[in-house]
Amino acid sequence: MDTRTKEAIRYLGYGSKAVDDRTLKLISEAFTELDELADKRIVYRIFEFFVPDSEWIVVEHLNIHSKNLSKNMKGCEKAVLLGATLGSGVDRLIRRYSCMDMAKAVVVQACAAAVLEEYLDEWQEDLRMRMERNGYYLRPRFSPGYGDFSIEHQEEFLRLLDSAKKIGLSMTGSSMLTPTKSVTAVIGLSRENTVCHKAGCEMCGKSDCSYRRDTVEKR
Amino acid sequence: MLRERLGKDLLFFDGGTGTLLQERGLKAGELPETWSVTHREDMVDIHRQYYEAGSDIVLSNSFGANALKLKHTSYELPELIKAAIENVKEARKTGVCDGRETYVGLDIGPTGKLLKPMGDLGFEEAYEVFREVVAAGERAGADLIHIETMSDTYEVKAAVLAAKENTGLPVFATLIFDERGKLLTGADVPAVVAMLEGLRVDALGINCGMGPQQMLPVLEEVLSYASVPVIVKPNAGLPKQRDGEVYYDVEPEEFAECMEEIVRKGAALIGGCCGTTPNHIRAMTKRLKESNAFRMQKKPHRFQERTIVSSYGTSVIFGDFPVIIGERINPTGKKYLKQALKAHDLDYILREGIVQQDQGAHILDVNVGLPDIDETQMMGEVVAELQSVTSLPLQIDTVDERAMESAMRIYNGKPMVNSVNGKQESMDSVFPLIKKYGGVVVGLTLDEEGIPSDAEGRVRIAGKIIEEAKKYGIAKKDIVIDVLAMTVSSDAAGAKTTLEALRLVRETYGVCTVLGVSNISFGLPYRPAINGHFYTMALQAGLGAGIINPLSEDMMKSYHSYCALMGYDENFETYIRRYGNQSAQKPAVGSAEDVGMSLKAAIEKGLKEEARHAVHILLVEREPLAIIHEEMIPALDAVGKGFEKGTVFLPQLLMSADAAKTAFETLKEKLEQCGLADTKKEKIILATVQGDIHDIGKNIVKVLLENYSFIVIDLGKDVSPETIVETAIAEDVRLVGLSALMTTTVAGMKETIQLLRKSKPGCKVMVGGAVLNQEYADLIGADFYGKDAMQSVYYAQRVFGRDNEETAQ
Repeated sequence: MDTRTKEAIRYLGYGSKAVDDRTLKLISEAFTELDELADKRIVYRIFEFFVPDSEWIVVEHLNIHSKNLSKNMKGCEKAVLLGATLGSGVDRLIRRYSCMDMAKAVVVQACAAAVLEEYLDEWQEDLRMRMERNGYYLRPRFSPGYGDFSIEHQEEFLRLLDSAKKIGLSMTGSSMLTPTKSVTAVIGLSRENTVCHKAGCEMCGKSDCSYRRDTVEKR
Repeated sequence: MLRERLGKDLLFFDGGTGTLLQERGLKAGELPETWSVTHREDMVDIHRQYYEAGSDIVLSNSFGANALKLKHTSYELPELIKAAIENVKEARKTGVCDGRETYVGLDIGPTGKLLKPMGDLGFEEAYEVFREVVAAGERAGADLIHIETMSDTYEVKAAVLAAKENTGLPVFATLIFDERGKLLTGADVPAVVAMLEGLRVDALGINCGMGPQQMLPVLEEVLSYASVPVIVKPNAGLPKQRDGEVYYDVEPEEFAECMEEIVRKGAALIGGCCGTTPNHIRAMTKRLKESNAFRMQKKPHRFQERTIVSSYGTSVIFGDFPVIIGERINPTGKKYLKQALKAHDLDYILREGIVQQDQGAHILDVNVGLPDIDETQMMGEVVAELQSVTSLPLQIDTVDERAMESAMRIYNGKPMVNSVNGKQESMDSVFPLIKKYGGVVVGLTLDEEGIPSDAEGRVRIAGKIIEEAKKYGIAKKDIVIDVLAMTVSSDAAGAKTTLEALRLVRETYGVCTVLGVSNISFGLPYRPAINGHFYTMALQAGLGAGIINPLSEDMMKSYHSYCALMGYDENFETYIRRYGNQSAQKPAVGSAEDVGMSLKAAIEKGLKEEARHAVHILLVEREPLAIIHEEMIPALDAVGKGFEKGTVFLPQLLMSADAAKTAFETLKEKLEQCGLADTKKEKIILATVQGDIHDIGKNIVKVLLENYSFIVIDLGKDVSPETIVETAIAEDVRLVGLSALMTTTVAGMKETIQLLRKSKPGCKVMVGGAVLNQEYADLIGADFYGKDAMQSVYYAQRVFGRDNEETAQ
């Protein structure tokens, strides 16, 4: 089973339980549709930044108050800001299935999340190789809304990236990304190759989450 | 005068300002527009350099100057716009030394927000944002309005309408296309050009996104559809990245050379976008002033006279193939659609749209006229909702002028409009709308005297309609004639007259035709046979678009056979895909394998067709209510319990819900026949709260509640507290379910609860969503926190005192 199928199954709440054949078939159909429809786009910029103390980081004129992020970025010299989206066609597809076939709608929604993660992972792997040639090592992706990194920073983030114009990524009045299958994140670039950087899910404080990757694997 | 020179003289725009401002110290993320006030000398200097370089039109530094972007700043929009325009005027004083006529363009970029239904900015809100800008711009003395760098047809439409309705200035609009000739939102070139020309822009074109060389293919496509002058403003090459920084590397001489080629192809207004500098513009104007490219240009003439309708994403070009207009969204003679309209069940209507698309419709007719509903309101909602699930262009079908206008206004694209007729009164009211909003209008060949009984009479009325339209500047391509199919049972010559009129209208005026085909058989038995054959005959007589039921196999057989026979179906691809295994034994529904599968098993396994089949078998011997209580409820309960225990998962739960729904529909027909349909049902409001656009959780809960026979009033997403409370009061609802995804929108939830407590005491509130938990729910004062969809069902049962009853539908 490929990674994205595993991820989709996890998002659907299966945990470590075996997935049934019909759901598996829906998943495979959903990926086929998404591969055709998803309009993957990414925009990124690299900024100098500094961490004045353990609670703040400063990128350009953007002051972010976040212990989690500050810890994540400790020892970094530069920060990659990125925005990525699958486009609004995916939202329309989910909306369409929501009135025709709700099971398909939730499956497409889970698969779209998996496609987006896979896209970012592949992009990041490419970035990692390029950066390591220049002597920089990547920290895990960290997004507004994770831990104490306030989602309110979304607006400044998008403006720094000029993402609405470049990739059609914008947000609502309550800082939700539109199209909905989108991500913004910051990646620290450090001169030292510190190990133990498991990405995203595992470092979240919410240890009783039923979607949690390490819990799922342990069970 | 600028308007007179458009298309006659080659006009030069200025180039980019972004890079120049960065060189002068503009920071990433800083609003460049504020420089109009804070760095006036720098701005005037930059504008002057462009005038000196030969620009005829210099754009103000107001690209992002709008209320949305200035929200968190201390700047006032009118002052900023005034300063921006005055800076250009100031620059002109010293920058233009050869006495040539020059212009100050009010530059307008996108809002940076995504419009509804995919985002949260309403169309009229976007309009208002642009209205403020254009009004201030005209007051400050701009000579034209230049809307550019747009990626979304809907947003451009809001901007163009605002400019047209609130100023008397020429309006230009340019968009960013990618190398495949698509906008970010997916629209193709004909869709964009058709919509903009419908809105009567003075010039249109492409800017940004690509360098001049890469723009050539898209430009050729634009030129082959556009009747108005075309603008081209490329970047200085393709964007390149160095450490995440974008730069452009086409040098001035190379840029100028490419621009000469662009003019030779047919562009009439040229300039530069990102990465271009006064040097690029100087090289360009110098080269082109010495060139005969503009005088010798040969614009391709291919599709300018074609009839085109469009949506946000696709266009339908009449004449490429026979067009199918799906007729099913029309309550005439349709019991369930009438019910859905009265009950405000938009999902039912959307499904009607989606299945027609799946069956091959190219355009969807939308008629929601019923005596006791607010047609203007309903038409607007249905059009907007349909455009969130289907990319097909729509045909706005109404006799209510107000409903027609409001739907045309909010429609994303160039709509088809049904209809106008030869009566003076009809033409007086419909043509001004077509002129203003654009659209392809169906002209019915009837007038004050009625419907002529002969073909010649109908052709004469078609001519009258076309002539009258011309007075409004509405071209022939924007009219399609409906010569009307009269029932043959009342007039034996009806079919022959219609076919003759179809042929004559084509021959006489060269316009496209449309026909409601199935009228012909009214009053006859076995109508599909007549309809299918008449459809073929009409196609043969040159029918451009049939308004038909795409779910009718007879009609689709006629259509696909006709296309296969007449060369519209290359290699018989569609025909073979559709009928390729027709002769093979199709596994009939309910055959060997599932005979014997009980209804309970079918629901537990989530098998729709098997569930339907099992119900039919059970109905032979048992009463509907007994089937519900003895078979369906135990099955649903078992699935629900499995879900709680973790042996059944969400997709399976929903497949079961869907199978149960299918079974209920079959039973409902039976119940109605027995007069048992109107059992008491409890109403529940569901809504995703204000500010939140994620509605999948709410939709899951909805499906399950409906399974358990609750009437769900689905208010959708991003719903204001006021709407929820008003509905709760109006419908006397005792339970409201609210959903929110993120912490930022839980505030909207709290506000809704508070308002409900005040205005509708006694109404219970259940909440759910990713960020919520019991603690949070208590904090905002909810009555119940549903950690998953089944919990909501159980709670609803408790609220309505059903805990001890068997209750699924």
